[in-house]
Amino acid sequence: MEQLASALGTVVVGVLACVAYFYGSNWLLDRVFPANAATPEGGIRNLRMAHAVRPWLFLGPALLALGLYLVYPAIDSIRLSLYNSDSTQFVGLDNYVWLWFDAGFRQSMFNNMLWLIFVPAMSTFFGLVIAALTDRIWWGNIAKSLIFMPMAISFIGASIIWKFVYEYRGEGSAQIGIVNAIVEALGGDPQAWITIPFWNNFFLMIILVWIQTGFAMVILSAALRGIPEETIEAATIDGANGVQIFFFIMVPQIWKTIAVVWTTITITVLKVFDIVFAMTNGQWDTQVLANYMYDWMFRGGGDFGRGATIAVVIMLLVVPIMIWNIRSATADTKGH
Amino acid sequence: MISGSNTKSPLLWVVHLSVFLLVLLWTLPTIGLFVSSLRDKDQLAVSGWWTALLSSEQNEIGRAHGPDAQVLKDGLYVISGNILQEEGKKGTLIAFGWRAQEPAAFKAGETADLGKDGKMTVNSDGSYEISQPTEWTGSRGKRIFFTIETPPIFTLDNYREVLTAEGIGQSFVNSLTVTIPSTIIPILIAAFAAYALAWMHFPGRAVLIAVVVGLLVVPLQMSLIPLLRLYNGVGSFFGVPAKTYLGIWLAHTGFGLPLAIYLLRNYIAELPREIIESARVDGASHFDIFVKIILPLSFPALASFAIFQFLWVWNDLLVAMVFLGNTEDQLVLTGRLREMLGSRGGNWEILTASAFITIIVPLGVFFTLQRYLVRGLLAGSVKGG
Repeated sequence: MEQLASALGTVVVGVLACVAYFYGSNWLLDRVFPANAATPEGGIRNLRMAHAVRPWLFLGPALLALGLYLVYPAIDSIRLSLYNSDSTQFVGLDNYVWLWFDAGFRQSMFNNMLWLIFVPAMSTFFGLVIAALTDRIWWGNIAKSLIFMPMAISFIGASIIWKFVYEYRGEGSAQIGIVNAIVEALGGDPQAWITIPFWNNFFLMIILVWIQTGFAMVILSAALRGIPEETIEAATIDGANGVQIFFFIMVPQIWKTIAVVWTTITITVLKVFDIVFAMTNGQWDTQVLANYMYDWMFRGGGDFGRGATIAVVIMLLVVPIMIWNIRSATADTKGH
Repeated sequence: MISGSNTKSPLLWVVHLSVFLLVLLWTLPTIGLFVSSLRDKDQLAVSGWWTALLSSEQNEIGRAHGPDAQVLKDGLYVISGNILQEEGKKGTLIAFGWRAQEPAAFKAGETADLGKDGKMTVNSDGSYEISQPTEWTGSRGKRIFFTIETPPIFTLDNYREVLTAEGIGQSFVNSLTVTIPSTIIPILIAAFAAYALAWMHFPGRAVLIAVVVGLLVVPLQMSLIPLLRLYNGVGSFFGVPAKTYLGIWLAHTGFGLPLAIYLLRNYIAELPREIIESARVDGASHFDIFVKIILPLSFPALASFAIFQFLWVWNDLLVAMVFLGNTEDQLVLTGRLREMLGSRGGNWEILTASAFITIIVPLGVFFTLQRYLVRGLLAGSVKGG
């Protein structure tokens, strides 16, 4: 409880400090460059100076935090990837060479590629289908709300939920995991699903699909609603059926949104760590890059060089999407 | 949006059915967790949660009292007792047997023939009587196989246990301690920056906006090692612990800022130009405009971001594992769950109850403030693309 009090205290102090900073610095600026200076020219010059400085006062704390917590570490990670395990000795590209021939890394890359294909594809597909279907029924919003719900659940909570779904009990005892119960009811043999190499990757991916479908659904649902009514009416008059309208009239009109959903989920997938960490910790051939990086970061006292190298690889995979995002955002803000 | 002619299609029931199935598929895992967390732990361990409302049957083995408990009654040596009490089982005994091959050969209340004039009777309340004309010898009692039927038991015991004995209660407080400042502090910082990026003119503005958009997708992994080194360095330089709440508050603030600035800038930039310009003409300073006009008007965007940040910080595991210790007063809920998966992997009554406690807060936030969450998602990604 004392702890909570200190947290609330911090909130108050932090907010007051922010207010004091913004208010105080603005006040100071107006004193240093007063608009009503001795001469009119002086006044104008002062106004201009204040005008030039003020944006940086507004931006100051944000730039400081962004610089310290994102920009500086990103650059430092690249530097550290060229150093040895405790960052004391420059080793050039040794870490990258090691990575290239490392079996664990290759497996992580392979699995990550599976994740990158399966999760965005399935989430977008289900999201689109659910968005289209729920638009037609009166309880659509309730359905959407329920499918959206897993978004609020932590990856680790989701992992427990699904571990219970996949739970396996040995021969002879009743299966308490629903998947194995169904398999048994259908006459199959229960399996310890998450220990079956290769396929277990998909059982882990299903967890992320379960979480991300709601996101895809919400965005795509809004896009579907934005489609001009006339295009659909015209197709109906021409005799197109529901499925044809969906695939040939509606989907082409929301390609851009589908791409946005796809790339956003791709980013999430590249950073996926908790699910693999909690479900298998990379055992049974399920390793992925983010977990592998964490592993090296702390393994045997920590190998910061190799950990940073894997982080740089993750970053490189993100860069194309980053550039694409920046370009379209810049195009959007032009003229404002 | 889909035209009216479609709605009357005879295939509408197919739509209803498929949506229903999809919803079922999406909610069943969570329902299973919730139902299980309320079940008696013995039942949970032996039967699926979907049978929670049915009576469950369990096969058990027990041992009667040994020969030293025998009494001579009407020329028979009798051993009696209550197998359910002795084995600590609850429920109704429905069948029993005395041989492993036929563990449920006799119904409760029947008398089994043990051979050599030996008899065994076990009743539904668990009381038993074993008798034979000659004295019992040996040191151990006879084995009794029995089947009990227990009515469904729902209980809050699991929650009571995890909140006290398993330390979930303490972790709950720790999670709140991390989350509240980490959610509120970035908002103010981001709002000022967003205003500057939206309404002030200065060289380099376009570049800064591009940088923020770029930082949106920078993986957290890039920051971990340098920041860990930095924190360790600062810690040893000043002789303070490297893993502190202050450290994680600041880290979450930094990581949350790109989204905060981006969401708020988009929203603030869309506010009507006339309002801001007329205030300028009236002689209001940027500071006044921001505090008196922008902040109140951008409440929906502030709320959207606050929800995102709250969910993200509350659900975060990675940042907490790197920047906080795993001592009792620093272990957050996600970290505790992770630890339990290792140490309590088979105790589903503990895991399900703990997991439900950790997801109840974000679910509450989600269902009450869903409107803002959806709005934020739409603003954050559609335009961002």
